[in-house]
Amino acid sequence: MTARVQPKLGLDPAAVREARRLAKRAGQPIVQLASQHTTVSVERATLRLAGLSGADPDGTPWVNRLLDAVRGDVGLAPGVAAPVWDALLSSDAPDLATVAQQAAVGQLRFRVPTGRDATRARSAARTAVRAGVRRVDSRRRERDRLIKRWGNPPGKPWIYLIVATGDIYEDIPQAQAAAREGADIIAVIRSTGQSLLDFVPEGATRDGFAGTYATQENFRLMRAALDDTSRELGRYVRLTNYASGLCMPEIATLAGLERLDMMLNDSMYGILFRDINPIRTFVDQRFSRQVHARAGIIINTGEDNYLTTSDAVDAAHTVTVSQLLNEYFAKEAGLEDWQLGLGHAFEIDPAVPDSFRLELAHALLARELFPNAPLKWMPPTRHMTGDVFRGYLLDGFFNLAGAMTGQDILLVGMMTEAVVTPWLSDRDLALQNVRYVVNAAGRLAEDFVPAPGGFIATRAAQVLAESIGLLQLILEHDNGLLDAIADGTFGLMKRPADGGKGLEGVARKADDYFNPATEILAAR
Amino acid sequence: MTSASVPTQGGPIVRPYGDTTGDGMVQLSFTLPVPHDKRAEGAAVQLAHKMGIDPAMVVHAKAMGPAFTFFVVYGRSNHLVDLSAVEVVERHYPLLSAKEANLAVKKGLRRRLVVVGGCIGTDAHTVGIDAILNIKGFAGEKGLEYYRELRVVNLGAQVSVPDLVARAREERADAVLVSQVVTQRDAHLLNTKEMSAAFREAYPEAERPLLIVGGPRFEEKQTAELGVDRIFSRGTTPAEVASYLVHEVVGNRAHTRSQHER
Repeated sequence: MTARVQPKLGLDPAAVREARRLAKRAGQPIVQLASQHTTVSVERATLRLAGLSGADPDGTPWVNRLLDAVRGDVGLAPGVAAPVWDALLSSDAPDLATVAQQAAVGQLRFRVPTGRDATRARSAARTAVRAGVRRVDSRRRERDRLIKRWGNPPGKPWIYLIVATGDIYEDIPQAQAAAREGADIIAVIRSTGQSLLDFVPEGATRDGFAGTYATQENFRLMRAALDDTSRELGRYVRLTNYASGLCMPEIATLAGLERLDMMLNDSMYGILFRDINPIRTFVDQRFSRQVHARAGIIINTGEDNYLTTSDAVDAAHTVTVSQLLNEYFAKEAGLEDWQLGLGHAFEIDPAVPDSFRLELAHALLARELFPNAPLKWMPPTRHMTGDVFRGYLLDGFFNLAGAMTGQDILLVGMMTEAVVTPWLSDRDLALQNVRYVVNAAGRLAEDFVPAPGGFIATRAAQVLAESIGLLQLILEHDNGLLDAIADGTFGLMKRPADGGKGLEGVARKADDYFNPATEILAAR
Repeated sequence: MTSASVPTQGGPIVRPYGDTTGDGMVQLSFTLPVPHDKRAEGAAVQLAHKMGIDPAMVVHAKAMGPAFTFFVVYGRSNHLVDLSAVEVVERHYPLLSAKEANLAVKKGLRRRLVVVGGCIGTDAHTVGIDAILNIKGFAGEKGLEYYRELRVVNLGAQVSVPDLVARAREERADAVLVSQVVTQRDAHLLNTKEMSAAFREAYPEAERPLLIVGGPRFEEKQTAELGVDRIFSRGTTPAEVASYLVHEVVGNRAHTRSQHER
């Protein structure tokens, strides 16, 4: 990774600084907004860190039952921790699970403790949550140890493959087979629609729809299976899932507790593409990123999505703006450069003249703007037509662009994209494609220097300039980024701050708001 | 849109074409769950024979792990294609230019024709609906937003069926256009049935908007099964959709609709 990022585009350092400065200005009010609010999922994640797990006989998680009971009595604004530990200390319930069960049947009433009671409750809550954070810390050390023992992949890019059967017990052998075939990273696609569930399902699941539910038990089973395979292969195989949707803080927490290695985690994806309320998303985002920072998890951002709904040339700068915002929000939450798997994609219409040169310009721009981030390079989907032969060629060019511009995480493109879920042979052919290109041209990045002032350098500078323009446009709104999201500045989707799903789960923090998790995670 | 091709060989019977008329040559690839060895290649030839390919040449065989083998086979198919027995959904309406479509709406409806569209369920792939609705269009043709006499409400991705029905009512939609790209476990079929059932429940039949669904993996003949008025499959252009709308709404339905002046 060392000599890789020599500046080749001759980007104006002042323009780069300006873009970052504007992203920070756009992001700061959002961070402030996020820190003034809490959400049901942040509070439930806090209970999970304190060790509450499991579900009632109907499958409703105890964290949901307990939170709902507390909320019914005292609201969300004071935070769940003080009322819960006050109840635990002043009742005969021996533990949190009992408190949840008693609360669920209406045997407990909650209050916001004051004075000495408050001090006592807060102190007990801190102790419980700190134990959970320590478990996350120890899983991180365990990962470091295993990587040292089994080793990282021999080179870059890391090969990222997806499994998506809906059944965790089918996913496991598929994931293990994919790792044996050469995958360095396994992503388990989530069941369709999980992002809009306001609870995290429990246990091992076999009935996902076009993907497998993210649950703590599924995380544990898959990580254990990949540990076996990593041992066998002498290479640490990373596991990826999705911290997105209405439960992203809880899923991030479960990922930290079960040693997942990467998580999809984008600052605006839920707002724009899932119509989740903007405030809900930004609050949940900040918490989940703080957890990922603590857990040593690499986040993957979702800029590729902009290009699946907008033209990849016209909208190239929206990718850059999103990357800059994701970087700002990530660093504010404590993530380091090596944890920023910023996304981008090879989605330009192949019929556009010079499409490959444009792709190189965009990919190299991302590379040079974020020299120390493990960029995630996403394959073509939009212009995969069902002509698998042409698709295979397009994937070859995608791989080549990745090699020439030093991308770090390569999501393997399937020639049967838009036709079927990948067959065994599709995956094998796709990996052959990657291997051929990486073998033949993996070090071409050393030789590939676009002509100064040439097409590629000019295009990159243009996209950067358009990014600065868009950031300025965002800042011209009365309410900055929130208003820009509301009026459809990003793509065609208009997402007002008082609309979208999950708004009812947001509350402005009370003056005496208390949350030991955010306290511990923010103190670094 | 499919249209019957004209047989060129003096009759409706054709065979696949490799490099010579009538040679019947086809290619295919598949995987068998057997280790790669002589027997595996023989097994591939056997399958090809049973599919009517004889002679069959296994031109490529490759082990995929210890238990599977991938094959590429070329060979001569001994089946004939009878073009006179091919069934397709023919376009039963004239293809109009944007100008003609606008004029027809203006004259026949005397108001703008309202189209509400979106991707339903959890499908986030708006590429199909955008290709048809966005002014940018598809295949060099402008989308429906470009038609002055059409009022297009594009709801985008992941619209719930109840929201779609409510919005269709609110906008007094003449037609509802739904795109479905994700097909895992037949999601596109299930979602479409849910959508059509909801509209039939919410509206008296005579007032129901036209229900149109599109996506790469639909079969155009499934309309009755899915409860929709029309299915558009791969390669449909905005002009085809616009022409259909004009034909149905202005042509067939104008009378019933004019009773509910909007």
